Amino acid sequence: MSATVRINYREALRQGLREALLRDERVFLMGEDVGRYGGSYAVSKGLLEEFGEERIRDTPLSESAFVGAGIGAALNGMRPIVEVMTVNFSLLALDQIMNNAATLRHMSGGQLNVPVVIRMTTGAGRQLAAQHSHSLEGWYAHIPGLRIVAPATLEDARGMLLTALQDPDPVLIFEHASLLNVEGEIAADPQPVDIDYAVVRRPGADLSLITYGGSLLKTLQAAEKLAEGGVNAEVIDLRSLRPLDDAAIIGSVGKTHRALIVDEGWKSGGLSAEITARIMEQAFYELDAPVCRVCGAEVPVPYAKHLEDAAIPQVETILAAARNLVK
Amino acid sequence: MPSLGADMEDGTFVEWQVEPGQAVARGQVVCVVETQKGAVEVEIWESGVLAKRIAVPGQKIPVGQVMALIATGGEDWKAIAAAVPAPPPPTAPGDEPQAPSPAPTRETAGATPGAPPVSGRVKVSPAARRRAEELGVDLSAVNASGAHGAISIADVELAAAAKKPRDTQAAMRDAIAAAMSRSKREIPHYYLASEINVEHAVTWLEKRNAVVPIGERVLFVALQLKAVALALRDSPELNGFYRDGAFRPGAGMHLGVAVSLRGGGLVAPALHDVDKSSLAELMAQLKDLLRRARSGQLRSSELSDPTITVTNLGDLGVDTVFGVIYPPQVALIGLGRSALKPWVTNGEIVPARIVQATLSADHRVSDGMRGARFLVELDRLLQQPQSLA
Repeated sequence: MSATVRINYREALRQGLREALLRDERVFLMGEDVGRYGGSYAVSKGLLEEFGEERIRDTPLSESAFVGAGIGAALNGMRPIVEVMTVNFSLLALDQIMNNAATLRHMSGGQLNVPVVIRMTTGAGRQLAAQHSHSLEGWYAHIPGLRIVAPATLEDARGMLLTALQDPDPVLIFEHASLLNVEGEIAADPQPVDIDYAVVRRPGADLSLITYGGSLLKTLQAAEKLAEGGVNAEVIDLRSLRPLDDAAIIGSVGKTHRALIVDEGWKSGGLSAEITARIMEQAFYELDAPVCRVCGAEVPVPYAKHLEDAAIPQVETILAAARNLVK
Repeated sequence: MPSLGADMEDGTFVEWQVEPGQAVARGQVVCVVETQKGAVEVEIWESGVLAKRIAVPGQKIPVGQVMALIATGGEDWKAIAAAVPAPPPPTAPGDEPQAPSPAPTRETAGATPGAPPVSGRVKVSPAARRRAEELGVDLSAVNASGAHGAISIADVELAAAAKKPRDTQAAMRDAIAAAMSRSKREIPHYYLASEINVEHAVTWLEKRNAVVPIGERVLFVALQLKAVALALRDSPELNGFYRDGAFRPGAGMHLGVAVSLRGGGLVAPALHDVDKSSLAELMAQLKDLLRRARSGQLRSSELSDPTITVTNLGDLGVDTVFGVIYPPQVALIGLGRSALKPWVTNGEIVPARIVQATLSADHRVSDGMRGARFLVELDRLLQQPQSLA
């Protein structure tokens, strides 16, 4: 057993970045305030001092321009990591992501590929109101040509970046802001992790709780409380939102016959709707109860603390929905 | 799904014997259905081309529900197969359980899922439905405790555990019990009996049998059946069905022959158009029918077609049969043993073989006068055995 360290999610992200910069000289980081300020969430703190301005590049406040520059660099052989401050701001770069990054391999008949990695913060819970708090990864998961991942654990926060940089096509990493201070023990030695498969974070037989990212910890807590009442819930961490790991989802539902999807994103046309549809298509006859969802309320995320709490999944709401499903 | 008996509510589909696109002719066996009376080969009523098979093995199908689509009169079977989705099972009015049915509400995207549908359909989870099929559990009798008031796997397994193991014999006993209870509950029976001197008929038959190979010999019961069928020509009120408050004459003289099964229970499959068959044909048909009845290989038309039942218990030494009519039929002919008795004819006492023929008939349809005429005619025909050949 190799040595372990106690770090938080923010430090895990930083270790991943540092390891990536050390492993491959084509890798560089750019984004708003990633250099001198150390990142708006302090993820890249100290990297400018270690790697210099060539590789840790502060950019103007123009998402379209610097995401486009990252795509251009990737087309020309570099391995850029582009940080977008929050997913809400990434909409300014949606044209670059959707019309260039996601399409060029297809439109060039395979002659061009875009090995860019775009990291962004997602999710609510920090009272940053409706322009900084949404969970729009489900939108990106709609787009063929992109790979979408959501690290929910320290290992994934550190290791997914390393694997994403090996991918010849664009990978978007969604880091939930509420996880930044979550601490834990992980191996001291940074290693890549797979970004293809969902993982069973807690095995169980009575119902499947399907979630990812910022909702994983809440869902695991709900599962523990369910266990006190004799209900043995299985918790699936999707990890990859595009492509979805159908086999893991369907396999779990086939075992438990009940599915509850926990997603901070909105229900309508959302990722939870897609997962529900796949369960219907592939596991209808396994179901012993309707598929159920605990999702973000269909409002812009509120600023006020109590309203924000009420607008996104919480342990209590997950628990109530799960109990209703197995009663 | 044809009704293979008045007591039949549904059948479990076993297998298809024809493929889509295959031409089928009226009367052809197209599939096999499991009933309380055993596996039955179902004959098709329409000629045409099989367009689409709807029934699937293991499916429990109510009587009257569509099992397949047939293209007739030059229709394009492929177009029919492509155009028509499987119809939903019909629900008979009045037999749905009274599920609470709140007024329909428009659901918004964020609303709690599963506002109960407005129909009275029993809600069963897909997995529970499949489990019920595996365990042979009747969902209409299962208590629903799952999410949104639906029957869950756990409910089905609970019901299966509570269910008494039932074999096919018990099921047949149930079927007989239901039919006979209905008969005695609904049908005002009247009973008539006549002693018929069959000495001449039996002697005639013995002489006929003496000069033909063993395989072509005819049993006396065949002669009696032929006589019954011919006698019915003058008494149409005894041959047919009483349904929905009205009598409908049978389309032919299809005599249901009561056959006791070795394992217990009985069936009364039809010999078709007995009045039109020669004695030799009738005997061959009877042998075939008895063999198949006892090996459980009857055809659908044989179970659904009998227009009257004949019960012959003479072989067992019974003198007189007091029959219970098999609804919706309206009469049953009972035949006792042929017993040697003193018989007075032309002022002399002579030994003769005598049979007690009885008639149980439905008084809603016919009266004693009609029944009496029938028995007289039966007697008359049995005095002229050569006319029955």
